Amino acid sequence: MLRSATTWILVGQRLGIALITLLIVSFAVFFATELLPGDVAEVLLGQAATPEAVAGLRTAMGLDEPAIWRFLSWLGGLATGDLGMSYVNKMAVADLLSGRLMNTLRLAGIVTLVCVPVALTLGIAAAMWRGSWLDRLVSVLTISVISVPEFMVATLAVLVFAVWLDWLPALSFGVNVNSIGDMLRAYAMPVISLSFVVSAQMIRMTRAAVIETINTPYVEMALLKGASRTRMVLRHALPNALGPIANAVALSLSYLVGGVIIVETVFNYPGVAKLMVDAVSTRDLPLIQSCAMIFCISYLLLITLADMIAILSNPRLRR
Amino acid sequence: MSLALRLPTPARLGYSFNWVGRIGLAVILFWAVIAIIGPWIAPYPPGDMVDFDYFGPMSSQFWMGSDYLGRDILSRIIMGTRYTVGIALAAVMLACAGGVLLGMIAAVVGGWFDTLLSRFLDAFNGIPHLLFGLVVVAAVGSSIPILIVTLAAMYLPGSYRFARALAVNVNTMDFVTVARARGEGFGHIILREIFPNILGPVLADLGLRFVFIVLVLSGLSFLGLGVQPPNADWGALVRENIEGLSLGAPAVIFPSIAIASLTISVNMFIDNLPTRIRDRSE
Repeated sequence: MLRSATTWILVGQRLGIALITLLIVSFAVFFATELLPGDVAEVLLGQAATPEAVAGLRTAMGLDEPAIWRFLSWLGGLATGDLGMSYVNKMAVADLLSGRLMNTLRLAGIVTLVCVPVALTLGIAAAMWRGSWLDRLVSVLTISVISVPEFMVATLAVLVFAVWLDWLPALSFGVNVNSIGDMLRAYAMPVISLSFVVSAQMIRMTRAAVIETINTPYVEMALLKGASRTRMVLRHALPNALGPIANAVALSLSYLVGGVIIVETVFNYPGVAKLMVDAVSTRDLPLIQSCAMIFCISYLLLITLADMIAILSNPRLRR
Repeated sequence: MSLALRLPTPARLGYSFNWVGRIGLAVILFWAVIAIIGPWIAPYPPGDMVDFDYFGPMSSQFWMGSDYLGRDILSRIIMGTRYTVGIALAAVMLACAGGVLLGMIAAVVGGWFDTLLSRFLDAFNGIPHLLFGLVVVAAVGSSIPILIVTLAAMYLPGSYRFARALAVNVNTMDFVTVARARGEGFGHIILREIFPNILGPVLADLGLRFVFIVLVLSGLSFLGLGVQPPNADWGALVRENIEGLSLGAPAVIFPSIAIASLTISVNMFIDNLPTRIRDRSE
């Protein structure tokens, strides 16, 4: 495959757009949390604080500086890994985050490992036997999962697996993890719920991508030559659908970001999203900002990745 | 031929629905009516503790059981309809009005204004929706006007992009060029030439966006950041009674069913809209 210079220019352009987007996003996150609420120093010291104490704390925290200057220094800190101090428990945000981030990444990783093979198989099979009972069943299931809120998928999973079948513990997470079996049981519910949310999108997009390729004249030609339906899809259509499928996988993985917020809350899973929801209720602004940036960065990464795969795999987009 | 045979019924104009679409429409109308007449048909005041038991089962007295404080779930769901449907409807109207107006202006004006606005709104769309809601609520607190504006802001970029793509196509058509040559003003071209021709798809898009907004609103309420107690929308009802989940209490199940029935039926309705409304180009 020829990769001309224009390809790389397009890829570079996409990266540039992603960076600018990230800058705008960080601007929005900073100013939404920093400028809108009442005075942070007053909030921290409570109502009994004297004006002198508030003024002293304002100077100590650098709140007297112009907002744009604070934004730049916050951005600089973010880039060098200095995320600031949490208002509530006076710990460095980076320390609070590190363990939580690993937990969330582990959850996301397991979900990805479970989802991708299952979703691709189902998506391709649904496209291969289009209109069959399998296709219809998959369509109805995916549409139902997409049209209900994520927390409902999670509560339904609890109802089925914990209450009615009594296979798994319901809403507690990792209280006493002694063996591999315990760990599997603890991860099972969050992973199952999140997998449903993410794979529903993935199956739909994969199916659409494969069907689009099947509808091209050259695949029809293969069928006319006498190739079987399986051979037509797997040997002729699939190689050309790989780009759109990879694009679909990356795009649907971006649903992890929204899903993980709900699922971690439902199952009390000690991840970044739970940390952020808790921080929102205590109005711990530095913590919220850092968590929000983590989610925005991962979301942007996945979306940009999806775009780049689309550009690299489809020569028609390069013109 | 008698007059009755030549009357322009919806079927003859190509506006008929299949039965899936009709079921969807029926459920939507049902919830709309409930939202309007809710206070008069609720069997109990939604805030009163009427059952001595908590997480009570379904009975002839309490059709959908009672919640964690012994309040009647049926009455609370009926009252919650106003919040869920009302907030989502207000937000989607705001988002689509803003998005469509900006989209049409960008399509007609073109040039750097179009590029700048499109890039900016695309960047804005790079923030995951639920996360945006979390950050705003953390910053300014949660009240119903703030919820409406936040939800509208989340979905304005998508509506803008959709309307702009449609308007760009209409803008190059001959009748718009003719209108321009006639010397019609900017407002006339946008409102009288372009808007009527993108209205159908825009309405279908509004329906889908309504579903997304209901989902995000329920999600926010579920996280405790949406409608605040003592009032509750359907998402908040699920949150309040989540402890009842391990008991399989109807107090968790029925609000979830309410949300699902609304979102699924809107999807069914929109998917089965006559092609004439959904896409004028076909």
